[in-house]
Amino acid sequence: MSLSVKHLLGIRDLQRQDIELIFQTADQFKEVLQRPIKKVPTLRDTTIVNLFFENSTRTRISFELAEKRLGADTVNFSASGSSVSKGETLIDTVNNILSMKVDMVVMRHSASGAPHFLAKHINVPILNAGDGINEHPTQALLDAFSIRERLGSVEGKKIAICGDIMHSRVALSNIYCLKKLGAEVTVVGPPTLIPKYMAAALGVNVSYSIREALEWCDVANVLRIQLERQNTPLFSSLREYSLAYGVNRELLDSLNKEIVIMHPGPINRGVEINSDVADSGQSIILDQVENGVAVRMAALYLLAGKKTE
Amino acid sequence: MVNGKYSVAYQAFLIISFLSVAFNHYFWPLKRCVLKTILNGRQMAITIDRLCHQLIENHLQFENTVLIGLQPRGIYLSGRIHQTLLKLVPGADIDYGKLDITFYRDDFNQSKTLHVPSETSIDFSIENKKVVLIDDVLYTGRTIRSALDAMLDFGRPASVELLTLIDRRFSRQLPIQPDYTGRTIDALISQKVRVLWNERDGNDEVILID
Repeated sequence: MSLSVKHLLGIRDLQRQDIELIFQTADQFKEVLQRPIKKVPTLRDTTIVNLFFENSTRTRISFELAEKRLGADTVNFSASGSSVSKGETLIDTVNNILSMKVDMVVMRHSASGAPHFLAKHINVPILNAGDGINEHPTQALLDAFSIRERLGSVEGKKIAICGDIMHSRVALSNIYCLKKLGAEVTVVGPPTLIPKYMAAALGVNVSYSIREALEWCDVANVLRIQLERQNTPLFSSLREYSLAYGVNRELLDSLNKEIVIMHPGPINRGVEINSDVADSGQSIILDQVENGVAVRMAALYLLAGKKTE
Repeated sequence: MVNGKYSVAYQAFLIISFLSVAFNHYFWPLKRCVLKTILNGRQMAITIDRLCHQLIENHLQFENTVLIGLQPRGIYLSGRIHQTLLKLVPGADIDYGKLDITFYRDDFNQSKTLHVPSETSIDFSIENKKVVLIDDVLYTGRTIRSALDAMLDFGRPASVELLTLIDRRFSRQLPIQPDYTGRTIDALISQKVRVLWNERDGNDEVILID
């Protein structure tokens, strides 16, 4: 058994068996993380570079912990304070790092497709840690893993993805991942934040009413408004967005069932989600973060096994 | 082909030869030749009983002893031994865990296929306990080396013993020897020892295949 891909660039390239293999492996890593010594020596001969051309808290720490707990050596790189500001190209930067005998690359970049471009030019496994508005595969894997953990399986479950669908790589990766695992997906948000032809292209339902979507779903994955990616104003104000699409306690209490609330972070409290929802027992936001390490360990382990092929 | 270019007999010959090639290709693992039976079902039951009695000789009430079976194949043997011991030592409460060694292997970069990990469940402390590691076949000793590493991450045991059903002697690559052995055999490197279990394979048997 091994993955059908050499790089983890996006969920789009994965088969359902790949996702299930990652989950099966992540289950065992989750057990490792409960032990008194949370570290295994599997990748002790592997050096991994974390290339972060864009800001990150969770993903970066999560990847670094996953690497360290697999016994790998890690090198961190962030664009600010590097020679990128002196005009070095992406390929030059990466090739210089790789010539120092690095075996794997974890990469986040603000340009969609940057890791795909790099994959054509370098020979080591690449893990996409988020590229522009395209994909964020490990986030989608840990989201689906958390749903599977909470509800037993993903197959047949109804999942609403709420908020800024247009600019969210988490949304796209989640849609691919959940559809491949046999779940039903509805995207919900203001019409200006949902791309046209979404339903036809990706096989999801589109809704413009948050109440309707929450009444339908088992799980709601609430996304942050990606103001840094919006060049033109797409809604009148954050306050108005919050009134129309924010998930709050009154809204959840008025539903006739208890749904599971997820958020990939960082949370803008009081905008897309209120504190009384984010911190309630319905929310699995911190479980998602916890599972992130195990899922990333699984992805690194399975891809590292590919590096000698 | 259908419009009479070839005779019916020739067409039939083509189809049959294609099917036989496909069959051999698909089922070749079944055609690996079974050289001999090392232990049959009855012998296996007697051997497992004997191993249990040897364990009782050294550990009496098992108050400070834990059993750990190695995933994926050793757990059938360890499960049987645990069950038999519970019957033979009335009133004993014997801790029994399963240990997966996938993440501790020394051939991660050498092996062609990636190993998919199995479950580890050790829900007790092994600190200062006498640990009995259980696996079905002892061959190069590398699995046991990995198991020792994996086990030490759970604590520092007072002592560790090794129990195996089959010991392939003269083939060790590391200085590791069993403390309890079901049967010692000599086999060529090309040969394989398969332990079949009722729970998984439908019958209890140890066979030598080539």
